[in-house]
Amino acid sequence: MVEETPWQQALRYANRANPYPFYEELRKTPVARQPDGTYVVSTYREIVALLHDPRVSSDPKKCPAPGAARTQGSGEPAAEPIRQVLTEPNIIISDPPEHDRDRRAMMPHFVGPPPAPRWISDLEPEIRRIVGGLLDAMQGKSRIDAVDAFAYPLPVTVICKVLGVPLEDEPRFHRWIETALDALDFGPEAASEEIQSRQAEGRQAVQEFGRFAAELLDGYARQPGPGMLSALMNADGQDARMSKGVLASNALLLIFAGHETTVNLIAHSVLTLLRHPDALEQLRRRPELIVPGVEELLRFESSVQFWHTRSALEDIDIAGTTIPKGAPIFLVYGSANRDPERFTHPDTLDLERRDNQHLGFSQGIHFCFGAPLARLEVQVAVGEFVRRVRGPRLVEDPPPYRHNQIFRGPRHVLVDIDGISA
Amino acid sequence: MTLPATVAELVREFRASGRIVIVGASLAGLRAAEALREAGFTGSLTVIGDEPYEPYDRPPLSKQVLKGWVAADHTKLPRMREVDAEWRLGVAATGLDRAAKQVCLADGERVPYDRLLIATGTRARQWPNAAEAALHGVHTIRSREDAAALQKELAASPSRVLVIGAGFIGSEVASVCRELGLPVTVVERGAAPLVGALGGVIGEIAAQLQRDHGVDLRCGLGVSSLEGDSGGHVRQARLSDGSTVDADVVVASLGSIRNVEWLEGSGLASGFWGLGCDAGGRAFDINGVVTDSVYVAGDVARAPHVLYEYQFLAMEHWDNAVLGAEVAAHNMVNLEPRYRPHLLLPGFWSGQFGVNIKSVGVPPFGDEIVFTQGSVAERRFAAAYGRRGRIVAAVAFDHGKWLEYYGQLIERSGPFPPPPPGWDQPSDSKPMPAEFPARGAPGAAPDVVLTGHDPSERTAEFRPRRR
Repeated sequence: MVEETPWQQALRYANRANPYPFYEELRKTPVARQPDGTYVVSTYREIVALLHDPRVSSDPKKCPAPGAARTQGSGEPAAEPIRQVLTEPNIIISDPPEHDRDRRAMMPHFVGPPPAPRWISDLEPEIRRIVGGLLDAMQGKSRIDAVDAFAYPLPVTVICKVLGVPLEDEPRFHRWIETALDALDFGPEAASEEIQSRQAEGRQAVQEFGRFAAELLDGYARQPGPGMLSALMNADGQDARMSKGVLASNALLLIFAGHETTVNLIAHSVLTLLRHPDALEQLRRRPELIVPGVEELLRFESSVQFWHTRSALEDIDIAGTTIPKGAPIFLVYGSANRDPERFTHPDTLDLERRDNQHLGFSQGIHFCFGAPLARLEVQVAVGEFVRRVRGPRLVEDPPPYRHNQIFRGPRHVLVDIDGISA
Repeated sequence: MTLPATVAELVREFRASGRIVIVGASLAGLRAAEALREAGFTGSLTVIGDEPYEPYDRPPLSKQVLKGWVAADHTKLPRMREVDAEWRLGVAATGLDRAAKQVCLADGERVPYDRLLIATGTRARQWPNAAEAALHGVHTIRSREDAAALQKELAASPSRVLVIGAGFIGSEVASVCRELGLPVTVVERGAAPLVGALGGVIGEIAAQLQRDHGVDLRCGLGVSSLEGDSGGHVRQARLSDGSTVDADVVVASLGSIRNVEWLEGSGLASGFWGLGCDAGGRAFDINGVVTDSVYVAGDVARAPHVLYEYQFLAMEHWDNAVLGAEVAAHNMVNLEPRYRPHLLLPGFWSGQFGVNIKSVGVPPFGDEIVFTQGSVAERRFAAAYGRRGRIVAAVAFDHGKWLEYYGQLIERSGPFPPPPPGWDQPSDSKPMPAEFPARGAPGAAPDVVLTGHDPSERTAEFRPRRR
């Protein structure tokens, strides 16, 4: 039996709650070739360099060895239903010029320029109302699940409104997403019977999700409605129009990424603050710290731990090694955000941390499209949770985690509370 | 007491009760004041500025303010921390007495200092004919009053705006005019807009960009005279080819002049391109000897740069003001070996005609250019500048996110041409001459200037020792 690499160990489900000791080991080799030929990059400087390197592709179709991570020794492609089923590109898995064109087409409908320069900030009252309602509903309870009762409902309600996805369809796409994510595994457990048995279901879930998005767009083509998807479907102008297939693929991405990552960030924020009573108290006394505080929480527990669709289009010399042309590249944001070469005392939570240019939203042309919305949602949600929930105590530490390695987050965060303030 | 202990005691005492004077109350002056307090300086701090306003941000003046989106007085710079300084605003420094360690003010007062930071920046070069410059409707842009006055006239729908000089400011003004739907003529003595800063190849693209947006662009020409009506309002300009342009607003964007006149007689190495200093912001005297008590930062500083063969660089850049001020402030309250160098890779941005133009490095240091990414036809591209096989600068049109990559290559003295990208390759990716105008040839001066190796820009005085 060959000893597992730090990366493989970090990916084991048993280590989901705390992958950081393995990341620390991993950073001793900033660019580490794995047995399957993947190059795992774990240090801040190297990740930033590769995020800005035009010889790196984000398009999995350009990687000659798709199925980036092969299960060790077996030669079998790792399970990746999303990549197998998505035939059209979206902005997170495409390169310029297509990437630039599509992102440019989407941007005006989200953060401006006109006609929507204040679209995001104008959502704040609505977000406050939703958060207030969720906290009101905790009145009289002594134990809550901060995931199901708080972290999940806010982002999903907001993204449905922003995009124009009927909220009543939420149970359907929630199930598809869960099924697809549970079938995705890049680690030594990918070959296990359990994960393998989820493959067919995972593929089917993505297909159904794709059909759902396409039907939604068809509906908006017939009858325009509120939200960004209808606006994109009916956009005119040279740059504005995307093919329906590309638009559907991007719709899928936005529905998924628009809440999944935010759920994990809110859940992790609550968990992290309950683990750091001093920081919690500091935030209670100085609510304005929520703004730098959310940046620190993004650094501390990144919602996207790594990204897996990049590859080298040429030989790239970096950190004393050469990533050969064609090799898949994994960029481990979760590790870079704890890199002591970049952040002093990286394992300490410091809500007032200066020079906190974390990679929680990545960098370069693929910088998180939804970042302004995520920031606003999490600032309001976590700020209000801290202000209103009296005497919160973690019931279980660590809490149970979800299976997925990229979109890492707790499945439940049970909290005992003394009550809810007005 | 041992000597090191004495020195440490001196530093402590200076930080606790020294007197620091900053001349210049704009971006560099403010950030230096903040950095001094941040570094634990608790002595007296005086900031002197000739404008009556608290420090404000200048980049919006030629953009959002002219468009009418932001009022000129809504450009105050955000404060990073309390500075607890004595602000002497609305009074200019008129002289420096280094022997007495005093700054002389226009109102006759003398302000003593232990350490001095000079951050007097630049001013706009005025139209050279004073009578013509005094005509109503003739403008320059540097201050917020300038911008407010010009904005008001642009909002009154003039029949035509004439912009003299197509550097960054002139091009931005022309862009705003077109956005406001105003007819605009741009007259540039060089071969194309932006040639001084970015060379003829990029200049040609900028020229096409202007013409596509309806600018009446006339290159290779000068303005010989401005003529006013009986009411003293400008109405017409005569060009060097004898033709005339009717315009009732004229913007002279002729570059800037370093504010160094007040240093005359101080014995400091001040000159046309500013005040020479070492890489740590310590000013040189005219003989090239570094001073201990006078520092300089921002547009008025010129300092040797390791990446450009230690030539003195003069940079009119926003981040140069911020970082130069922070470094100078740090060094003002520290001693060797705690001095820090100001090792900024120059960079700037401009917005014009719907395109975001960004650059890193020093383009005029290069003699070749190669398009590296994107499409020139679609005006979204990156290009690299090279000299003797190494990359020295890069420019991006709507491709700013890639400059981080080129910046890293420049810092490592990477190869020119740089390795090609894996996608979105330009149709023509062969290096070609960058076509910078020769020194002294017409064309707006670049905003970052290589000013040679002489710290004082003038011959040192040689005084043979007398018996």
